[in-house]
Amino acid sequence: MPIKHPNLKLSRLTDALPAWTGDIAPDDLYAICQQVRDGGGRLVALWGSDARLQCSGGDTLPAEPADCGSSRSAPPPAPERSAPPCRGRGFKLHVVLVNETGMVCLNVNLSAEQPMYPDISQIFPAANRMQRATYDLLGIYAQEGHDHRKWLRHGSWHSGSFPLRKDFDAAASRTEEPDDYAFVRVEGQGVHEIPVGPVHAGIIEPGHFRFSIIGERVLRLEERLGYVHKGIEKRFESLSLQEGAKLAGRVSGDSTVAYAWAYAMAAESIAGVTPPDRALWLRALLLERERIANHLGDLGYLGNDVALSFGLSQFWILKEQVLRNNATVFGHRYLMDKIVPGGVTVNLDVEGKRIIEQECDMLEQQVRLLRGIYDEHAGMQDRFIGTGRVEPKLAAQLGLCGLAGRASAQAWDARVQFACAPYDKLNVQMATYRNGDVAARVIVRFDELFESLRLQNEIMLNLVNEEDKPSLLDKLPGNGFGIGMVEGWRGEVLVAIHTDAEGNLARVHPHDPSWQNWPLLEHAVIDNIVPDFPLINKSFNLSYSGQDL
Amino acid sequence: MYQILKQIIKTGIKTETPPQTDEAMRHVEQRLQQEILDAFGGALAIRQVDAGSCNGCELEIHAVSNAYYNLEGLGIKFVASPRHADLLLVTGPVSRHMEIALKRTYDATPEPKLVVAIGDCACDGGIFGESYATCGKISNVIPVDVVVSGCPPTPIAILQGILTAISTKK
Repeated sequence: MPIKHPNLKLSRLTDALPAWTGDIAPDDLYAICQQVRDGGGRLVALWGSDARLQCSGGDTLPAEPADCGSSRSAPPPAPERSAPPCRGRGFKLHVVLVNETGMVCLNVNLSAEQPMYPDISQIFPAANRMQRATYDLLGIYAQEGHDHRKWLRHGSWHSGSFPLRKDFDAAASRTEEPDDYAFVRVEGQGVHEIPVGPVHAGIIEPGHFRFSIIGERVLRLEERLGYVHKGIEKRFESLSLQEGAKLAGRVSGDSTVAYAWAYAMAAESIAGVTPPDRALWLRALLLERERIANHLGDLGYLGNDVALSFGLSQFWILKEQVLRNNATVFGHRYLMDKIVPGGVTVNLDVEGKRIIEQECDMLEQQVRLLRGIYDEHAGMQDRFIGTGRVEPKLAAQLGLCGLAGRASAQAWDARVQFACAPYDKLNVQMATYRNGDVAARVIVRFDELFESLRLQNEIMLNLVNEEDKPSLLDKLPGNGFGIGMVEGWRGEVLVAIHTDAEGNLARVHPHDPSWQNWPLLEHAVIDNIVPDFPLINKSFNLSYSGQDL
Repeated sequence: MYQILKQIIKTGIKTETPPQTDEAMRHVEQRLQQEILDAFGGALAIRQVDAGSCNGCELEIHAVSNAYYNLEGLGIKFVASPRHADLLLVTGPVSRHMEIALKRTYDATPEPKLVVAIGDCACDGGIFGESYATCGKISNVIPVDVVVSGCPPTPIAILQGILTAISTKK
């Protein structure tokens, strides 16, 4: 068991992951977080749920999984002030922490009248934006927090109304306020600001960047995100389990496989089922193909951003071939909707295997050649090396994760530490580097690309037996809670599902590694020149949609 | 340099024949005169606006520029500002947080201008629908000429949408 605390009784959450859960009072949160941080652990995700109208008492038994649903058959029209049907129920805060031995989801019970919890952003700085977003969406807040600015809310709904509350009235809360956001001002002689976005110059997602610069040198960058907030979490609550899988696959289009798998894993852990082996092998194959396609695309763009358009055209030819093979073999260029709760909707026949094997050989040879060209291109390396550096110490302190983390010596990869099936049989070689600059993030991408090609071949060797069709899940048990975590190409993707008494989706929280990594981009650009920002940004390639939800 | 040239020669030309236009994609009748369309057809400038998509459509819009579809080979290019653009390529659903930015981008684009909505969410709100946070389809916010469905639409479909926008019914 990963953590011990006198007031914390943990119960195992799922067989797929070394994950536990336990209920605590708000007063114990700070000490437990501190204990995890001191042991080298990290914060993975933080979200809240509205349990005010929940009735049946599954969680009076400490061994039961946490429950946070509310009955959808009786929607809560009553405003907050009227007495909730069940006394003593309030909101819940959920905090997922990991250390080397496993992950723990803490469920913090908060009162309905004063939903407050201790600010943990002093321990885990990454919690800052998550706490602010949780306030914007649910109205539960961190006491003594230093930063109470809104995050996901701009001016589309009133400050006193909270979309993820069960009694949220969308029509009544609608407003058209301007988004007054208090950026931190940098003052001094010669300092000026460059506001960029939300509509950017390239073909990328919208977000606002405020640069404070002197000459060409960046003194400070402040991000303002939330522009693509589409109400994904609220939307889940009106969807069936299967529709939810589709939506999970569209939280961030470039990570559709990772999200669909994490969602399926969470659902399967609630239902207590394990998909057939073949389905798990196929999921891993799809996930590695997603990683390959994204890394190829990024390596092309990183070339382009230092004016080597040769790199862009070459890598995008390779990426296009992978996408076309995806369409031929699996029926979708980005593999959307291929992973569903209970199994997969695809199969791989002999012809498909042959196509992928050939593709692997071709990529191995071509990428090696292109890597040689990148490595020896002096102009390119001159732009890459030392640019946008995140020192390992800072990375550890602020919780940088995923690919960017590994380029700054943060050796975390869910395929290695928390290897769910079939990764437990694959012996994944983690790629890490310690320089933390653009060059390091390029190297990690190359290394991971080759490793994924190796894994693909190994996965296909294991895809031998034809099995019966997996039994896909159509409904989840009531008052369930499950989490799934998958190492997507960008980093760890987590999905948590809470079901209500009838087994409907009461609350779904998808968590993107970009939450952790966006704040580090602000640090990475300090002291760099403005024209290097696109390069540094691309080397992280973070998700806007996955963060804005 | 030798390695680069050698690789370029070995790669050869990958570009495929562009697709035909597709009248079914037209949302409203062609509003522009032939002379303008001829000028656009020679050198069309596109400003892409992500008004709230999941980024899936952006991946395919990137792909349209790769060597296989070779958008620039048709005289069409993406530009950095709406003020330089003839056509807006918009993905969405339009999030309410992007509503003003999209309207301003539209207003900043000089007349005559065209709008192509890319993807199921841009066509009808898609899986995100209309909610406290989204306005749904693009035509709920700005006028749209051509719609390209698909989740995400293939690069061929995107090309067809762009080419349809700058053509008239034959």
